[in-house]
Amino acid sequence: MSNSTNIDWAALRKDFPILDQQVHGKPLIYFDNAATSQKPRAVIQALVNYYEHDNANVHRGIHELSNRATTAFEAARTRTAKFINARSADEIVWTRGTSEAINLVASAWGANHLQPGDVILLTEAEHHSNIVPWQLLAQRTSAKVAYIPVTGDEGTLDLSKLDSLLTKQVKLLSLVHISNSMGVVNPVADICTRARKLGIVTLVDGAQSAGHMPVDVQAIGCDFFAFSGHKICGPTGIGVLYGRQEVLEKMPPYQGGGEMILRVGYDKTEFKPAPHRFEAGTPDISGPVGLHAAMDYLDAIGRENIWQHDQELANYAYEKLSALNNIRLFGPKSGRAGLVSFLLKDVHAHDVVMLADQGGVALRGGHHCTQPLMHKLGVESTARASFYFYNTKDEVDRFVEVVKEIQKFFAS
Amino acid sequence: MFDDLNDLYQQVILDHCKKPRNFHELPAATCSAHGNNPLCGDNYQVFARVDGDVIQEMSFTGSGCCISKASGSLLTEFAKGKTRAELEKMFDEVREMITTGKVADDVGKLAVFAGVHKYPARVKCAMLAWHAAKAALKGEGAQPVTTESEQI
Repeated sequence: MSNSTNIDWAALRKDFPILDQQVHGKPLIYFDNAATSQKPRAVIQALVNYYEHDNANVHRGIHELSNRATTAFEAARTRTAKFINARSADEIVWTRGTSEAINLVASAWGANHLQPGDVILLTEAEHHSNIVPWQLLAQRTSAKVAYIPVTGDEGTLDLSKLDSLLTKQVKLLSLVHISNSMGVVNPVADICTRARKLGIVTLVDGAQSAGHMPVDVQAIGCDFFAFSGHKICGPTGIGVLYGRQEVLEKMPPYQGGGEMILRVGYDKTEFKPAPHRFEAGTPDISGPVGLHAAMDYLDAIGRENIWQHDQELANYAYEKLSALNNIRLFGPKSGRAGLVSFLLKDVHAHDVVMLADQGGVALRGGHHCTQPLMHKLGVESTARASFYFYNTKDEVDRFVEVVKEIQKFFAS
Repeated sequence: MFDDLNDLYQQVILDHCKKPRNFHELPAATCSAHGNNPLCGDNYQVFARVDGDVIQEMSFTGSGCCISKASGSLLTEFAKGKTRAELEKMFDEVREMITTGKVADDVGKLAVFAGVHKYPARVKCAMLAWHAAKAALKGEGAQPVTTESEQI
């Protein structure tokens, strides 16, 4: 399946039982995929199978069920390495999600790599989860946080400033792959290459990219890559931190407890090597099992096809919304990822979302956990429609009709 | 299309959110307070000119959703000429109505907010200006008030 036009998208949609329902008497149009995706039967069934047949605690178990659970748990790690083209499963650390993955780096890498006056470089378009952990680390270490600026409503990075921002004091650069509020796709491979030449450690927040486009961490050249299972058709509560082995193995533990130790004495403890050193306590086991099924599902469709479909829907929605009066659109005019942020003149985003819901359309309204960016753009919030491969052009048409109705409602 | 929402966005509310009354600063104000829901983005300053026990005038400025702005507008209309005690009593009645849907006999025009109780996420919007007004009248305007993290 190499060409997205050959794919039966309508048949794939039927794999998602939740999409077949009405809300407020209208067929559900689920356009809140940037917040979380829906789950196909294959993933739901993988969770049921695991709990009905294989559930046990992992590692060190001698009995059959524990062997099966451990095998499934570690097979998911290997599958994840393949999903993002990591060199080894040892470079994959399980976390609760993207936020915890970033916090893990800020806590464990940050513990012994920063001096007072060092700089952590971010972009102005980061999600709070890629700002707050670094601010907390900066407070602990007297380091500073600096930002690559974005340009206006399009939300693209002003890379003309990059060379002057990549100073000797910069020790870590962390940036978003696809911005969740603007739909900008950042040129992460170029930026990471430039940073690494200067010895700067790099982290890419892949929460919005991992399930939507092919991702190759070696081609990007980042030291860390973080993403969440629930945004890529997997269960909530499971996330991934990829860490380049050379960087991971120099990091101290994140949390202490069972599973992450080799030998414990009353005075001191020896820790396991990465990735297990970073996974204290009984982990989420069904999470990786469900995530494994999600990755198989997505790659059977082909993420290059999903990416094409996402972009087609976003461009179509952008074009149709652009034709309306009294609307302000955010994000780039071309090269946009699968989402559109907008504001209607004199209508608050929460009122837009509330009325859209009555029309059966699930949108999100608010600051999208990017308050500093909203502040910079001079808005409190936006309304956002975000797409996935199970959405259709017909749904976009109906969504645009609902937006027109909302305009009428507030104009009357 | 939006028939179910007529409870919430009644004509009176739509009218007041599009054309808020007393929507200006009050140079002669004797007290004021700031109501801010940063997660929502609802942000208002409420002003009052109080003479003895009587609220001669109330006004507000700021921005936010339709419900919060209409609530501020109708509040400032109601407050004119009322005593502090009357405003406090109405505060309790409005809060009761917005959280439970129970409409007291004397709420008058403010009854248009009864439908809010069906939409728990919007209760904080409808109460924001009321909390700011209460804080202003109590002389507690030094600190901004919010309905996002405390008791409605």
